[in-house]
Amino acid sequence: MSRGTILELVYLFAALTFILALKGLSNPKRARSGNFIAMVGMAAAVIATFFQPNLHHVLPMVIAMVVGAVIGIPTSRFVKMTAMPQLVAIFNGVGGGAAALVSITEFIRINPEKPATYVVLEVLLGVLIGTVSFSGSAIAYLKLQEIMTGRPITYPGQQVINALLGIGAIALIVIALVTSSTTVMWIMLAVAFIIGIAVVLPIGGADVPVLISLLNSLTGLAVAASGFTLDNNMLIIAGTLVGASGLLLTQMMCKAMGRSLPNILFSAFGGGGATGGAASGDQRPVKSASPEDIGVMLAYASRVAIIPGYGLAVAQAQHTIRELADELEAKGIDVFYAIHPVAGRMPGHMNVLLAEANVPYEKLLEMDEANPQLSQCDVALVVGANDTVNPAAREPGSPISGMPIINADDAGQVVFLKRSMRPGFAGIENELLYNEKTTLVFGDAKETLTKMVAAVAAS
Amino acid sequence: MTNMLLQYLTVLLLAIFVGIEVISKVPSILHTPLMSGSNAIHGVILVGSMIVLGHADGSLQVVLGTLAVFLATLNVVGGFTVTDRMLGMFKTKPADRKKDEEVAS
Repeated sequence: MSRGTILELVYLFAALTFILALKGLSNPKRARSGNFIAMVGMAAAVIATFFQPNLHHVLPMVIAMVVGAVIGIPTSRFVKMTAMPQLVAIFNGVGGGAAALVSITEFIRINPEKPATYVVLEVLLGVLIGTVSFSGSAIAYLKLQEIMTGRPITYPGQQVINALLGIGAIALIVIALVTSSTTVMWIMLAVAFIIGIAVVLPIGGADVPVLISLLNSLTGLAVAASGFTLDNNMLIIAGTLVGASGLLLTQMMCKAMGRSLPNILFSAFGGGGATGGAASGDQRPVKSASPEDIGVMLAYASRVAIIPGYGLAVAQAQHTIRELADELEAKGIDVFYAIHPVAGRMPGHMNVLLAEANVPYEKLLEMDEANPQLSQCDVALVVGANDTVNPAAREPGSPISGMPIINADDAGQVVFLKRSMRPGFAGIENELLYNEKTTLVFGDAKETLTKMVAAVAAS
Repeated sequence: MTNMLLQYLTVLLLAIFVGIEVISKVPSILHTPLMSGSNAIHGVILVGSMIVLGHADGSLQVVLGTLAVFLATLNVVGGFTVTDRMLGMFKTKPADRKKDEEVAS
């Protein structure tokens, strides 16, 4: 067997491990070993690549890898779980950047040889998609890290400018195909960089989960494009897997928000305040109670649903809510968590945050599982969530109309832990707050929950 | 159009279907690990970066290739580490929970 064949076989093995890793994720018990298998596959592929014939510049290669590992491993070991979306955005951005660089370098190398048109097209697509993913992820990171405002950033003529940029990029690709000019490639690179920024700027904080999974998918496609250029099946398979999974996930997120992808990308909605209908100025009475009262109420319930939102994570109250659940379970009360698909800052984020607080995953119910059970609950405890339980979503005419919600209002009593009467991300008044079975507890979620734990323990 | 291109398109199409098939079975509880796991997988561009750097010709290509290897390495090690850390948290843990309760009481 020639060296080339062995290399190909190792790459095939790696591609297989990636598929197995994704397959492992269908079950929380097997997921971790699946990830480990993919690590082995990746390591094998990287080591095998060192045995490529005529491989030069091994020294800078090894140095770059060591530096990357020395920076990457500690960063990802010690980052807080609440900061996970930012980190995923960075890793996604650098992946996109690497894919773009691969395509750029390849373009410079093969261009003098006057390659076939389709080869140039593959390379240019790699440059375009990779760069958009890189700059888009950078802006998403700045938004998530709150270095930049999470509100949508809009300016006059934004959509026209974005459309022109898109048309410009396509035109530049055509020109580059005809002329195979390196200069045109550099201009296209600049345009792609601006497109990434321009598309992400108007997207509001609440829509970032959708955005991150879309950018993830883009990086996958950029990798697949470089697979075509480099004649490497493994890159095509891995890139396409990620591209397809990202698109599917994006679609699921859109469905969970009851909105279409173009609507999310182009409507500058979801930053709070701006689009609210009859939001402020509403002075209707609400019923509020002390944490101790609610603690007693919970202690005499038989079934309690906890509905967490990102506010829970902001208050760092994941552990306290688990203590409350433990305290209730010790009294023989049945407790479960109802998780909305877009709770948190990225798809499934809330599950990870609660898992970190040692909540067993059997207790985390998806929305579709949880909703039929809510009518059998005595209390629905809504912590730091708002839009995901807003009954306005069931009526037409609201910006969140059609968004599936958790039916908190089916429970016997509804308790909201809130900092203030301020509406959620979507900036829409929540009728449920004024419902006669609703009680509000104002204050920091963590302090409130700590008091509730004490009250439950005492009663 | 060469035969190679046709072969790659075949691989692309099949991979799309495998991807959709596999991903649609992932429960929403694992969507975050799915994102970071697939994030780690697109780090395979590291192999592409190595190939490009290894065949680089001239200092510009070497610089770009080295940068690509660096970025791709960040992507790979970061992606896998984060995913592993996250998945380590998803446990049933009846034993741990009992211990916690003992401490609490």
